[in-house]
Amino acid sequence: MSAITTSLEGTPVAWKLPYRGRVGMACLIIAESAIFTIFVVAYLFYVGKSLTGPTPREVLETPIFYTICLLSSSLTIHFAGKFLERGKRGVFLGLWLLTIVLGGLFMYGTGQEWHRLIYEHGLTISTNLFGTTYYSLVGLHAFHVTAGLVMLSIVLLFGLANRVGTEQFARVDVLSLYWHFVDVVWVIVFTVVYVLGR
Amino acid sequence: MTNKHKTEWKAVAARVTGILVILTGVLLAARACVASPPGDHPIPSIFDPHSANAESLYHLSNFVLAITAVIFVVVFALLAYVTVKFRNRAADARREPTQVYGSTQIELAWTVIPILIVVVLFLSTARVIHAVQDAAKPAKAVAVTAIGHQFWWEFRYPELGIATANELHIPVSTPTYLKLLSADTDHSFWIPQLGGKTDLIPNRINEMWVQPQQTGVFLGQCAQYCGTQHAKMLLRVSVESPEDFDAWVHAQKQPAIQDEKEAAGSRVFESTSCVNCHAVGGTNGTGRFGPDLTHLMSRRTIAAGAAENTSENLRLWIQNPDAIKPGSLMPAMKLNDADLDALVRYLETLR
Amino acid sequence: MSSDVMPIQAVQASGQPWVETLHEWVTTVDHKRLGILYLLYALFFLVVAGSEAMIMRIQLMYPHNNFVSPQVFNRMFTMHGTTMVFFVGIPVLFGFANYLVPLMIGARDMAFPRLNAFSFWLTAFGGLLLYFSFLGGSGLYGAGNAPDVGWWAYAPLTSRAFSPGHSTDYWTIALLVSGFGSIGTAINIIATIISMRCPGVKLSRMPLLVWMNLVMSGMVLIAITPLSAAQIMLCVDRYLGGHFFDTQAGGSATLWMHFFWIFGHPEVYILIIPAFAFMSEIVPVFSRKPIFGYPVMVGATVCIGFLSMSVWAHHMFSIGMSSYSNTFFTLTTLAVGIPTGIKIFNWLGTMWGGRILLKTPMLFCIGFLFQFLIAGLTGIMLGSAAFNWQLTGSYFVVAHFHYTLVGGLLFALFGAFYYWYPKITGRMMSEGLGKLHFWLFFIGFHLTFDLMHIPGLLGMPRRIYTYEPGRGWDTMNFLVTIGAFVQAIATLVFVANLIVSYFKGAKAGNDPWDAWTLEWSTSSPPPAYNFASIPRVASRRPLWDLKHPEDPDSRYE
Repeated sequence: MSAITTSLEGTPVAWKLPYRGRVGMACLIIAESAIFTIFVVAYLFYVGKSLTGPTPREVLETPIFYTICLLSSSLTIHFAGKFLERGKRGVFLGLWLLTIVLGGLFMYGTGQEWHRLIYEHGLTISTNLFGTTYYSLVGLHAFHVTAGLVMLSIVLLFGLANRVGTEQFARVDVLSLYWHFVDVVWVIVFTVVYVLGR
Repeated sequence: MTNKHKTEWKAVAARVTGILVILTGVLLAARACVASPPGDHPIPSIFDPHSANAESLYHLSNFVLAITAVIFVVVFALLAYVTVKFRNRAADARREPTQVYGSTQIELAWTVIPILIVVVLFLSTARVIHAVQDAAKPAKAVAVTAIGHQFWWEFRYPELGIATANELHIPVSTPTYLKLLSADTDHSFWIPQLGGKTDLIPNRINEMWVQPQQTGVFLGQCAQYCGTQHAKMLLRVSVESPEDFDAWVHAQKQPAIQDEKEAAGSRVFESTSCVNCHAVGGTNGTGRFGPDLTHLMSRRTIAAGAAENTSENLRLWIQNPDAIKPGSLMPAMKLNDADLDALVRYLETLR
Repeated sequence: MSSDVMPIQAVQASGQPWVETLHEWVTTVDHKRLGILYLLYALFFLVVAGSEAMIMRIQLMYPHNNFVSPQVFNRMFTMHGTTMVFFVGIPVLFGFANYLVPLMIGARDMAFPRLNAFSFWLTAFGGLLLYFSFLGGSGLYGAGNAPDVGWWAYAPLTSRAFSPGHSTDYWTIALLVSGFGSIGTAINIIATIISMRCPGVKLSRMPLLVWMNLVMSGMVLIAITPLSAAQIMLCVDRYLGGHFFDTQAGGSATLWMHFFWIFGHPEVYILIIPAFAFMSEIVPVFSRKPIFGYPVMVGATVCIGFLSMSVWAHHMFSIGMSSYSNTFFTLTTLAVGIPTGIKIFNWLGTMWGGRILLKTPMLFCIGFLFQFLIAGLTGIMLGSAAFNWQLTGSYFVVAHFHYTLVGGLLFALFGAFYYWYPKITGRMMSEGLGKLHFWLFFIGFHLTFDLMHIPGLLGMPRRIYTYEPGRGWDTMNFLVTIGAFVQAIATLVFVANLIVSYFKGAKAGNDPWDAWTLEWSTSSPPPAYNFASIPRVASRRPLWDLKHPEDPDSRYE
């Protein structure tokens, strides 16, 4: 018996399913959230349990400025997308670059803070439980910011070569979903480390 | 009925019988070792309780087993019935049976009944959990601190001031409270006839209690993988009458016997690295990395049950521990024959 | 409505050089080829891990046996468990999902074909890395540097202090890498199911296999990642001087246990839910009736997905948690048994009033029903915390989980192989060899795993390389080993059947089982593009509708 084609009455005329890129990114975000949750749980579990060494209260300084940088980059990337959808490539590129700059500033701030913690206060990942959980959690987030910056830069390069237009909006939108996720994670990490953990 | 159907009937019947035989055999074998003669309890069966805790676990297990047995019989009967009754017969090979998609009433019934069963099981379990874990500690209880090591058990009686290893002595009827600690990795204390197991975890204090109802020796071993020689971290618990227990405590409290005839041996002990790990009361040996040897000869076995406590084994253990327990942390002492003989004779005086 | 019938012929082998064929397979992004690669990979490691089991069983045949040293034995049980879970279980299930899901929803491929290939090769590399460990350390005879910390790798046994060599690192990194591969495939499966269904395949019309792989993939996303996180923490401890699980610095050994079992328990549901999927496809076809209670089967599976995230500490009943914790986890553990147990009734309801064909796939499914029932009941015993205090850490647990994984998952997998082999290769497997395989395996399985419960009840702990004579364990261990040999022979019969049937099996045609889901509408094997034209579907059983136009399912749904 050769092939049967299955063409039946009663099938819908309009058949619109969610964009697979969006679904894929949503799944990635769910998986990454689970990883971050475990690191946050470990951080909270070990608050106050270090046997030695500097405590959060002694050494942490709340990074308000750099947090504002990172959170505003969510706004800039959102508007960049909106302009791209409307075909305003120039504005899109400008806002996209601004997003990268703001993210880069955040990374600079993290680096500066770590430098201070290591050289002025002697807090490293092996110093005590606070050091281990702090550098792991903030470091995991910083790693994700870096990965995001790399991807954003690739898109910037393509944009400068005039290859990013309205047709690419869906994919650019999926990437900004990732960037928003990175920012939401920072809100949580910030609360846990600089507010609750002190 | 054609011959083909008769053969299939037989096949199914054979299968069902075979399964029932296996299951009956399994259940009978498991219950086979329930009663054992007093004094000697070589089969550490969970169905042979000899303490208050083990008894309550035993009653709960019987209850759970009974319920699950009923469920098994009912569902298995359904499965066997369905497989036989609705088998394809040559006569209706061409016709598809009535297509049934579901039935809300039936599905409701077989959801509600399991929920009820779960509620019953949960409540009976919760009762036993609380009875065992939240029991009030009686004023008159023997306190033991058990410290798990790779691959031996340290037992200290803080209120009585004695320390021993691997073989625990406790009195009958009086509860013994054990504080469980670990010096290195995770271990688990399990004497099936005296109760459920509780783990020994580093940087954590666990507690359990035992109230034995009969004297005798009960066996068990470490039940949490702790490294190379996890298999040889055996346990012996001697449950004794109050008089025997007091006598044992009294003997353990004595300082080490100092026999001048074995002075050479004691010199070997005190001048080599033995003292880094082992303690003998009254000597300069105060090491706690290995078992306390003050009353070594009061124990039936050495190396946490890996060998009987005999001259030959003692000698072999000191000279080449890998021959008895490869991967244990006892180093080969590399003594010459004369020193080794003297040392063994000395150790044999430590009653 | 008229149908266009376009005959699809299987592509003829073009007699190309073998390097070109190899190149095609290595660079393929076709879901069917990647599915086959996953299946072959898993079959290979099934034999390897099975051999590791045979080594253990020979050592345990007699008390104080000297077949292997304690060091080798400890590496065997670690590698056996790790391999079976990560390099047999997950790959074989992803293999079937990869092959079948696009076909069953009328798609031409997965949502992200290149991610699909990348994920497979990540998993494959992870397995190779794990086995490379045998070549390290003291060399092959000492089983090298293979992990010896148990497949749960409890802390602090895995710390630098207690595992100074690299055995733990092989375990950690191989699983981290393959874990990322699993997450990639899970993302792919979910995106495919949500976004690539052909017209008419509403969520309420998807075959149960598709639904169950959707739930399983969702669970992979949130269950494998805690293990990855814990493994990253372990690497921080071992290489950067961190203290996550360093009990000397105030760290907690139980924290590892929580993280591991938050992965470990959902993992076993991840392994068994696709087995439920196979059951739900095969039992209806061989009972000639639709699945009984489709909506509840979907609902129960989703329930299991959620509930299974709340039971993990039933693996930790002996670690000294409070009575409230123990009571809570007893409740959740018993509760998750309800949606699981109900499914057995649904399958029985499917068989009831049917016309049951006792072909090899169905024999394995009936075996599954019998054995999963027993496994579920011993699971209830283990779920009761107080009873668990006697049973955990003993051979009773080993018997229980082998009952679920071998008696359950492996039996369902055997059924799936016999059922879909014709679709994948175009040939039928030998029914005679199939029945021989079934009966041999059934006998060996029960001899081994029924009897294995007994030493556990008599106090025999697990993970011991030898045991003391005279405790009532001797005869049982001996017989258990005999059963293992019987199962090994049965597995060889199965492998022989796979190979012989490929060359000599009867031609299968599109639809040898007279089944009802979309994969049977195309040729065996399907062409690269799956379907001549994208199907349009009006019910859960599109081929039933076509074969019975007078009484289509669409009338009843």
